[in-house]
Amino acid sequence: MKNFKLLTVAAFAFSMLLGFSACKPKNAGSAISSDAASKAYVAPGKYDEFYNFVSGGFSGQLSTYGLPSGRLLRVIPVFSVDPEKGWGYSEETKPMLNTSHGFVPWDDLHHVQNSKTNGDYDGKWVFVNANNTPRVARIDLKTFRTAEIIELPNSGGNHSSPFITENTEYVVAGTRFSIPPDDKNGDVPINTYKQNFKGTISFISVQKDNGKMELSFQLQCPGFNFDLSRAGKGVSNGWFFFSTYNTEQAHTLLEVNASQKDKDFIMAINWKKAEEYLKSGKGRKQAVKYAHNVYSDETHSATSTIKTEVTVLDVKDFADIAYFFPCPKSPHGCDVSPTGEYIVGSGKLAAVIPVFSFDKMVKAIAAKDFIGNFDGIPILKYESVLHGEVKKPGLGPLHTEFDDKGNAYTSMFVSSEVVKWSVKDLKVLDRVPTYYSVGHLAVAGGDTKKPYGKYMVAYNKITKDRYLPTGPELSQSAQLYDISGDKMQLILDFPTIGEPHYAQIVAADLIKNNSTKFFKMEENKNPFFANGEKETKVVREGNKVHVYMTAIRSHLTPDNIEGIRMGDEVYFHVTNLEQDWDVPHGFAIKGANNGELLIMPGETQTLKWTPDKVGMFPMYCTDFCSALHQEMSGYVRVSPAGSNTPLLFSTGKNYAASDTAKKK
Amino acid sequence: MKKLAILLFLGAFIAACGSGGSESSTTASDNSTPAETPKTESGNPSYDPQRGEGKFTKVEIGEALDIAMAAEGEKVYGVKCSSCHKLTSEKLVGPGWTGVTERHSAEWIMNFSTNTDAMLDKDPKAQAQLEICLVRMPNQNLSDDDARHLYEFMRKNDGVK
Repeated sequence: MKNFKLLTVAAFAFSMLLGFSACKPKNAGSAISSDAASKAYVAPGKYDEFYNFVSGGFSGQLSTYGLPSGRLLRVIPVFSVDPEKGWGYSEETKPMLNTSHGFVPWDDLHHVQNSKTNGDYDGKWVFVNANNTPRVARIDLKTFRTAEIIELPNSGGNHSSPFITENTEYVVAGTRFSIPPDDKNGDVPINTYKQNFKGTISFISVQKDNGKMELSFQLQCPGFNFDLSRAGKGVSNGWFFFSTYNTEQAHTLLEVNASQKDKDFIMAINWKKAEEYLKSGKGRKQAVKYAHNVYSDETHSATSTIKTEVTVLDVKDFADIAYFFPCPKSPHGCDVSPTGEYIVGSGKLAAVIPVFSFDKMVKAIAAKDFIGNFDGIPILKYESVLHGEVKKPGLGPLHTEFDDKGNAYTSMFVSSEVVKWSVKDLKVLDRVPTYYSVGHLAVAGGDTKKPYGKYMVAYNKITKDRYLPTGPELSQSAQLYDISGDKMQLILDFPTIGEPHYAQIVAADLIKNNSTKFFKMEENKNPFFANGEKETKVVREGNKVHVYMTAIRSHLTPDNIEGIRMGDEVYFHVTNLEQDWDVPHGFAIKGANNGELLIMPGETQTLKWTPDKVGMFPMYCTDFCSALHQEMSGYVRVSPAGSNTPLLFSTGKNYAASDTAKKK
Repeated sequence: MKKLAILLFLGAFIAACGSGGSESSTTASDNSTPAETPKTESGNPSYDPQRGEGKFTKVEIGEALDIAMAAEGEKVYGVKCSSCHKLTSEKLVGPGWTGVTERHSAEWIMNFSTNTDAMLDKDPKAQAQLEICLVRMPNQNLSDDDARHLYEFMRKNDGVK
């Protein structure tokens, strides 16, 4: 017995040593074996095996990398403006960033969820969250563009979001910051937190065929912080599991005050039950205000609608929607094993990783094995739902994903490492250092019913000495590990945009063959579409001037415009007449207080320009399109207000000869 | 003279870019083809420069103009061709269309307009034209019917009644 104790102490000391030594900078050579380069090598012209969708954190965007090469394939603008792509600058895209607070040009994107069918990725859409002004966006993987953004009422800090059910029936989003509900007076003392503040979980339904989102209902929950979640799957399909913290209900110095209790809660939600109550007419209608923005690939433009009502179910009014089970020390990740049987809670400050059993939870609920309640919601006994604890995993467990061989991988923020352990017997099998301070990790297919395994990526908060110095701000990083063998092997570092939080890794075969190559002109329903050069024109409506322009290699039509006057608002509606892959045209005009347009083949996009002085303004194509790209340009003449310069437009002496004759 | 030399140089450059482009596009559609083995196209006896390369091997053309088809073709012309091709002999971005049905067979024209990149990479007449125009004709993704209708419109433009 004494020996056993000694052994445990030794093992603990050893693991601590490992943990701490991992904090120390090491040079690359000490962690990389000689065949690493070949494992991450994808020959020029060859495709990667996986898409890696990586959250852009405070950039507000979603980045797409190829794996195993680590090549950056595309940055998809979502919640932040992107002048490069005209996102939030073109008249067509501005409504996408509308909210109940008006136009919001920035947000903080944390989590990524690929759509699923039967618990596996189906390659249709990616859902992502805006953390600051609470919203959920859907990205269409045919176009790799943001197709829809829905704002969430009654919400502050949309961190516990988005998480999806086994067949993408719902995307859910939980509040990080509880706040007074939107229909209540929020002008109350902050220290009335316990009386006035509520948390909400939003259920957004998703249409199977087209992905269209609707805010179906919200669950009103006790006022504390919801952190992360996973839907149940397989045996636990029909449930959601949310980690919570600040069950102390502190409203100041949370660093200390929200870390008082030995255990916070994981909240289990029976969403099928909630859905039943909703269908039977339960719940109350609440007046709210939120924006719902949809982009159409037919009109090539977005519409923003302000909605004014949501149905709310208060979980404490229903006996069988919500249950708490205790989880040590401010849990962050709350991850469900591929079978759906095990729920892994990762307490940021805990020394163990508790693994809960869904089967035990169901039995404990049936036996009413409660130790009390919180705000009317029953609390299950820790031991009754616990499958077991992973002992001495390292310091600061955050997130867990799973491979195809029954193993789990947990990121350890404080000790900068990834720990591999067996779901079956909860034994630690391997550990590798990360450089440094890993947050989320992603295993290929790691949250599905059938993980691919093969690769794991750690997304690190700190890079310090990993790359050439670039002043005070350094890129954050992803580190790719080969996990096909018994030992995890670091094979590649690559820098990321913004701050990478969660990411997912999806087989390229599910996505690459469905990619849109161009938009068919026959299907263009933009009201300012010019169907060929013969439909180009310039139309004055009071002080608004609409230019119906076309772009094709390599000229703009019209490319000479006269008769614009000071005080005019000029709208360049540019249609790209190309009908081939990878031939966008760009458009910009001198002095515009605006971004550029980047117009895909067959698309129409609009740039608004308010001339600021009399004179000559060159405009040109900004995206290199052909050998004569430099020639793809034109002039706009601006005359004083009230001038009688006639409105003229033309391209080339061979076109519209009468116009050019008039000018002479 | 200097200008001509530059143009010729550019022409060669574009042509070189052209074959690179086609390699990458075959790679894109079939990722298993190794990218580093360029094919030598010259002296390939299977290539018929009269017909060009593409799906059209034998197009039935009537004696008289099919007026309905020509009218359809004119619509396609207005949307997808007129930006670059005039109906006279004047060159704009691409060559004017006067006499085009006498210079090329129906099969060549229809193959070139639907399989543009492949033909720009190997067809001697298309490559000669590229050296003059310096802009690779865009593939405008015409349907088979579009191509046939356009050809009929070209015949009309060339005086067939």
